[in-house]
Amino acid sequence: MDIQLIQGSVNVNDVESSVGSPDAGGTVVFIGTVRNQTQSKKVLRLEFEAYEPMALKELEKIAKSIQERWDCLAISIHHGLGVLQIGEVAVAIAISCPHRKAAFEACAYAIDTLKETVPIWKKEYFEDGEVWVAAHP
Amino acid sequence: MKVKLIAFGIAKDILQKRTQEIEITDGSSIAILKSQLMEQYPSFEKLKSLKFAVDESYQEEEYILNDGAEVVIIPPVSGG
Repeated sequence: MDIQLIQGSVNVNDVESSVGSPDAGGTVVFIGTVRNQTQSKKVLRLEFEAYEPMALKELEKIAKSIQERWDCLAISIHHGLGVLQIGEVAVAIAISCPHRKAAFEACAYAIDTLKETVPIWKKEYFEDGEVWVAAHP
Repeated sequence: MKVKLIAFGIAKDILQKRTQEIEITDGSSIAILKSQLMEQYPSFEKLKSLKFAVDESYQEEEYILNDGAEVVIIPPVSGG
């Protein structure tokens, strides 16, 4: 598995090329990009911070549980940190499997679980202020 | 005893610093630390959730803290 925290935006080619395998019949790549709005409010940019050693451990846990639950060949997860501009890639996940169904399911599981468990936080910057995403009910 | 708090995201804004030492009763659990924090910093009560990590892993509220422990405050995560 290839798990990395990257300063700045993520290079999608890096995750895709790291899961290449002659045994792969399907590779699914999820690309999470910085969107220009949230609840119809204009977003200027995002800033990510992580508790890095634990974020890496939690990402490794996700990759390990994928290997236990699905028939997958290789997993790569890269998450960006610091300031990211609109359109830049904040996270990219690539999973190669012998068959596409497992690759789709495992990739959905990876991003859903990442958003629940990995200690990474994002702040949205607006024209009139800033807010830590999802902090309040 | 003393424990060292390390704060990220909105927790850092609430403490107004990344790290802080806090005095708590010997043998306190994370639950006790949590209620003490909420008393001292009421803004923590408004968060959707508040978790804690020791040794780079999430710990349950029953977890007993040692003197000098490093406790990471984990407000609701929002990666991705």
